[in-house]
Amino acid sequence: MVRVFFAEWRKLRRPTLFFGTFVAALFFNGLITSFIYLMIDSPQGNADRGRTVGREVLGLAGGSVNGFASIGGLLGIIVLCVFAAQSAQEYTYGTLRNLLVREPRRLILLAGKYAAMKVFALLLAVVNLVVSVGISYYLSDRAKVSTELWFTSDGWSAIAHTLLNVYISMVFFAIIGISLGLFLRSPISSISIALVWLLIIENLIGAVKPVTLDWMPGSQLQTIAQGGSELISYSHALILGSSFVFFALIASSLLFTKRDVAN
Amino acid sequence: MTTPAIEVSDLTKRYDNLAALEGASFTVPRGSICGFVGPNGAGKTTTIRMLLGLIAPTSGVGTVLGHPITEPEKYLSRVGAMIEGPAFYPALTGSENLRVLATLGGFPQERVDELISLVGLKGRGGDKYKTYSLGMKQRLGIAAALLPEPDLLILDEPTNGLDPEGIQEVRDLLKKLTAGGTTVFVSSHLLSEIEIISEYIVMLRKGEVVFAGAIEELLLNQKPQLIVSTINPDDLQKVIDIAAAAGHVATVRGGLAHIEGPHEYGATLNKLAFEAGITLSQLTPTLPNLEETFFEMTGA
Repeated sequence: MVRVFFAEWRKLRRPTLFFGTFVAALFFNGLITSFIYLMIDSPQGNADRGRTVGREVLGLAGGSVNGFASIGGLLGIIVLCVFAAQSAQEYTYGTLRNLLVREPRRLILLAGKYAAMKVFALLLAVVNLVVSVGISYYLSDRAKVSTELWFTSDGWSAIAHTLLNVYISMVFFAIIGISLGLFLRSPISSISIALVWLLIIENLIGAVKPVTLDWMPGSQLQTIAQGGSELISYSHALILGSSFVFFALIASSLLFTKRDVAN
Repeated sequence: MTTPAIEVSDLTKRYDNLAALEGASFTVPRGSICGFVGPNGAGKTTTIRMLLGLIAPTSGVGTVLGHPITEPEKYLSRVGAMIEGPAFYPALTGSENLRVLATLGGFPQERVDELISLVGLKGRGGDKYKTYSLGMKQRLGIAAALLPEPDLLILDEPTNGLDPEGIQEVRDLLKKLTAGGTTVFVSSHLLSEIEIISEYIVMLRKGEVVFAGAIEELLLNQKPQLIVSTINPDDLQKVIDIAAAAGHVATVRGGLAHIEGPHEYGATLNKLAFEAGITLSQLTPTLPNLEETFFEMTGA
């Protein structure tokens, strides 16, 4: 599996993919984190769906990672797209047959791919955490937010917990992405189906009947990144989200190991 | 006794009601070059995919290098393959593409540079794959197949897109590999190429093996022929009729009459044609080559 990991890493580290993903993620990260501080007094709110995150919340021990937690779901969607494309492209390029000739143990190949994905997601999460906390600290003075508690032991604990939550959410999103890529074998179909479901269908259904959000997969994974929300508890999101991901993982692994590679 | 490089028995692959391969049985001896031919859709790629563990047979058994094809992990480290043309990541360089496979297979990275030179891509290994010409892609595919220093090399149309010089290089390379003990199983549409390089041949038609054995044996069993043309093209049918009346099988292909019969029959045919007022412009006794045999046996 170590060999598969390093072979996968050679593909993931190519500049257009690696830096392209990081730059895109950092751009949205900078935008969203900055908005929280720069629009703190805006009547339109400074967070999603017109909510306001006030100085008293940002001044708490976990205030430094408020911005990072807000973009957790977005980071998840980014890795979902990256890894859906990566797995589906093996079919469209026909490269899967080369990989399977060199590593015919399909579960080992899949496990190596997952391991490389986890390292990629971890790097993306850590870099975004550092940048988000950095921007928050830089803008805290201007927004008159106290940072006294940010770097206490409670503050560091909140940073670690948020990093873990965002990371779990990203890995879950990426597993869904890889599974979709393996099922559909087309990057465009995998990404568009995922985005349409996560960004449109779930929100539409949720707007009509908010209670359904308690059971939607995208909603659970975003809630994990945020460490829980007013609507969905963290434990509920973690249990239900893990169940969705576990099902996707088992189904796609079975399919990958049993299906003929005919392209 | 050494086990054959490839041995399959009653190998069958069906997709719903469609048989891609039906009861194929053949053996490829070690250290030989074996051509694998058949019309499009005859089941060549399906067979190759089963030998490489990419698709599972519906029924039948097979071994590669002495191991069952249901356990590809036991033999694929000693097998090099290029299936249905080269397939690589367009955004990676040629070298980087080989390094992905070398890393995956646990082969030394130095081998990548050696192979890039060997297949004539020296100086272009650092260019992205998407900038390669068809011939260069094909060369990279052959390099990838050679990564494991294989005991068995399986190549699907290796000379596609290569210029005559490239074809000659591949031919020389395959001969050199077999001299070193490697078995080569090569599918190609270039039957003249197969006839030059191969000692053995497996011929498929509509998913069934119509011949498997030494090429020499195949060609020696073919009937001698007379190739005939006439000054007046309209007379060709009359020549066919004359031959048919004498009990010889005669067909027209490519503007020439192909008449089965001993070479001595040429003199009789010439005399009969002359008496019928037909002037022959060609009367050549010949033994069918692989291409003609292929057309005859596969009905292609």
